[in-house]
Amino acid sequence: MNYTNLFKIALKALAHNKMRAFLTMLGIIIGVASVITMIALGQGTQKSIQKEISSMGSNIIMIHPGGERRGGVRLDPSEMQTLKIQNFEALKKECMYVAAISPYATASGQLVCGNNNYPTSVTGAGIDYIEIRQLTIEDGTMFTESDIKTSAKVCVIGKTIVDNLFPDGSDPIGSTIRYNQVPLKVIGVLESKGYNSMGMDQDDIVLAPYTTVMKRMLAVTHFNGIFASALSEDVTEYATDEIRTILRREHRLKDSDPDDFMIRTQQELSDMMNTTMNLLTTLLACIAGISLLVGGIGIMNIMYVSVTERTKEIGLRMSVGARGIDILVQFLIEAVLISVTGGIIGILLGCSACLAVKYLANWPVYIQIWSVILSFAVCTVTGIFFGWYPARKAANLDPIDALRYE
Amino acid sequence: MSNKVIELQNIRRDFTVGDETVHALRGVSFDITEGEFVTIMGTSGSGKSTLLNILGCLDTPTSGEYLLDGIPVRSMSKSQRAILRNRKIGFVFQNYNLLAKTTATENVELPLMYNPDISSSERRKRAEEALDAVGLGDRKEHKSNQMSGGQMQRVAIARALVNNPAVILADEATGNLDTRTSYEILMLFQELHRKGRTIIFVTHNPEIANYSSRNIRLRDGHIIEDSVNTNVLSAEETYRTLPKDIDD
Repeated sequence: MNYTNLFKIALKALAHNKMRAFLTMLGIIIGVASVITMIALGQGTQKSIQKEISSMGSNIIMIHPGGERRGGVRLDPSEMQTLKIQNFEALKKECMYVAAISPYATASGQLVCGNNNYPTSVTGAGIDYIEIRQLTIEDGTMFTESDIKTSAKVCVIGKTIVDNLFPDGSDPIGSTIRYNQVPLKVIGVLESKGYNSMGMDQDDIVLAPYTTVMKRMLAVTHFNGIFASALSEDVTEYATDEIRTILRREHRLKDSDPDDFMIRTQQELSDMMNTTMNLLTTLLACIAGISLLVGGIGIMNIMYVSVTERTKEIGLRMSVGARGIDILVQFLIEAVLISVTGGIIGILLGCSACLAVKYLANWPVYIQIWSVILSFAVCTVTGIFFGWYPARKAANLDPIDALRYE
Repeated sequence: MSNKVIELQNIRRDFTVGDETVHALRGVSFDITEGEFVTIMGTSGSGKSTLLNILGCLDTPTSGEYLLDGIPVRSMSKSQRAILRNRKIGFVFQNYNLLAKTTATENVELPLMYNPDISSSERRKRAEEALDAVGLGDRKEHKSNQMSGGQMQRVAIARALVNNPAVILADEATGNLDTRTSYEILMLFQELHRKGRTIIFVTHNPEIANYSSRNIRLRDGHIIEDSVNTNVLSAEETYRTLPKDIDD
């Protein structure tokens, strides 16, 4: 049979029944668009929740010198001098699951600026420290790698320090504050983070290059600890294992020796994160599944009904010489045209709905390629199948019965 | 002796309804030669619809042989019969059976759409010629829902003519029309008959037999009468004597 003719027949049949074709298409359009939009919204929500929890530091890994026993007496870990610059450099170079890593040394004392003074502690840190602790520079700059190399006398301070040392509201940037005998030039101010869940003031902070704190203030060669952040919550455990292996090697520990350091993670936070993410992923899968199911059933119904109501037309076509196969091919072409067109419109509609939500409502929206492909595939295949299935039945009908069908 | 278009040899058709066998046709034989205008009459249940379905290759007989234009039909497959219908038969139905929302020309083109040997320009030309032949030359682009019953039936007749069939089968073709329009359609059939078409007109209306050249009557699956009409009335004359409708 001449397929060009059948294609023309199918096109004409569609053109003469624009409303029916459109309604059928609508089922597919809505199916595809709703799946894409729901998944994109869900994914956006998931990502923003993930970000919120991450900002609480759920992927932070803290390494402290471990308590060592000497003659049955456990020593204060802070007295231990096991974490050295070489350890830090080895970790920095070798760890694959670690996104940022910074040494940590702290000195407590009185800060003085002009007439004002305030008791606090100066944290010696690397450049990654603000990334690990999710701090943001509000004003000025962070110190640089070369500041660390030269043990520069610079610092970045938190809001509480600004309020106490500069009560008159003058710009702290550029002024010099003194810690014991060491003058520190303020080069940056941190954005306020408020109190944390333990009631600690997170703005009561002074950051200086760790070399400055170690050499100029404490005159030591070891760190109080090392802070690191894992690439993401779910690899925190791998990162921990990696750090343990590297540190044990660096510290030349035998297999039988216990660790001479401690690694702590925000287990509770990251557990919460994982539970929440699992819940959200399940929710998303459910939404996608239900949307597809509903869309599929809609398509199925309208396809089935539209073929059934055309039984008489099928009878007529057969009486003027259409063979079963001609009828089947015609309906299949119609179903493919409707499904594919509907699917494409659905994708466009879904994507524009996502963008509209993103820019008008300012919601986080992430369009997922897999959801586009999945919804298109499911809806078009359903459309084609339920166009083909009743058409096959119709094609096998006796023309006499089809003509008499009311 | 002119060509035999239709040869029926002892046609039987049984239907099984539940456990019972219904004998719709119990041995029907006749020939129809080219250029005849035959009415097949009978009350309902006489087997005339079954006979029409068999003549139209929509159904096959249980036994007996049917030759359409010399081609044996009984052993044909469904697809082969579809092609045969497409080339040899034109149907005219009681309820017109036009495609909805489709223009007259497109409706008439329909049988040719299923014939890949005919180009689209040829198809168009033949459809327009057929419409001219039924007197609808000025309504080619009218859609089926914009036409009266008589006009729709004319489109249906044009559709039956367009493939230049060996035989035109009309099934109660005037059944849905008022008297005046029925005679207009009958005039059209008589005109086609004059031009040499072979027409089989199935009806339960005995009046129509007066306008055909031959009349076959069926009862209970048997032929009870097969007579040549020696006094063919002119539908046109009858039409003129009809009182004009008050509504007109």
